Amino acid sequence: MIETLRHLEHWLSDTAMSATIQNVSWIIPTVQTVHILCVALVMGAVFVVDLRILGVLARTQTLAVLAQRYLTWIWWLLPVLFLSGAILIIGEPARSLLNPAFGAKMLLLIIAALLTLSVQRPLRHAAGFWESSTQRRVIAQGIAVLSLVAWSCIVFAGRWIAYVASL
Amino acid sequence: MLDAFFNWLHDTALAETIRASPLLFPWVESIHVLAIALVVGSIAAVDLRLLGLASRSRPITRMIDDILPLTWVAFAIAVLTGVTLFSSNAIQYAHNTPMRLKMLLLAIAGTNMLVFHFVTYRSVAAWDEAPRTPLPARLAGGASLVLWVGIVAFGRWIGFTIGS
Repeated sequence: MIETLRHLEHWLSDTAMSATIQNVSWIIPTVQTVHILCVALVMGAVFVVDLRILGVLARTQTLAVLAQRYLTWIWWLLPVLFLSGAILIIGEPARSLLNPAFGAKMLLLIIAALLTLSVQRPLRHAAGFWESSTQRRVIAQGIAVLSLVAWSCIVFAGRWIAYVASL
Repeated sequence: MLDAFFNWLHDTALAETIRASPLLFPWVESIHVLAIALVVGSIAAVDLRLLGLASRSRPITRMIDDILPLTWVAFAIAVLTGVTLFSSNAIQYAHNTPMRLKMLLLAIAGTNMLVFHFVTYRSVAAWDEAPRTPLPARLAGGASLVLWVGIVAFGRWIGFTIGS
């Protein structure tokens, strides 16, 4: 796995595209800004829905409507995040691909996306799914806490790519 | 006079502590980024509603009650962590152009919010449930979105102009 990533890193760093991203000074800050703004929208959506499940805010709105209104955005934002993230990786492959913080971020992303999906999916067929029994309410609250932690850790891991040394 | 204040801030125990540890700055910075993400992500939901682009069937007063508690808590954390980061290198940050522009945009965003809250919002009863809000409300939502995009952009730019 690490060897494959190392080959990919060497290959990427020799491409003309990588050189361009490196040499044009505004590209990396601008793409990072787009990336952070999309992260902000995802975080806003996840926090509103998870805090609603925990009964902290938006209690006058049903979970199904809230999930439909907010979580739907995430699946539109993720492609933009992948694209902007890919540009940053192509520009600085050595900084990111073999960085443990980046690896942690990708792993957390899979976990966080699955947690969010597991809240959202059942609501499409049964709007009251998570409120129909005490047991389900407790499960939903558990998922909400894990989801808040996982998505927050993604932001942390993203920032730590700048501080953790690559392998 | 301002420089005297920044000098004092730079010499506080808080600033000393941040400077003395290689790990504290990234940790506080991570919390700062998370808090700003939540401010921007949550406020964008309200802005898009004011612009008539999202949550059109949700009354605006409800929307604001739903979202703003999250925005304010996140904003308080962003300010506390921001001041902490700033203190660690106060003089240099105070004279950094992206930092100054970020604070300028923040001041304009605050003014925009105050005008919306104390002038435009007073007549909210008349357009609370309208999918399309009056022009001043749409302007406030649009301005807020643009200003926060600028705040994030200048914030990111600070990191490219000041070495830690």
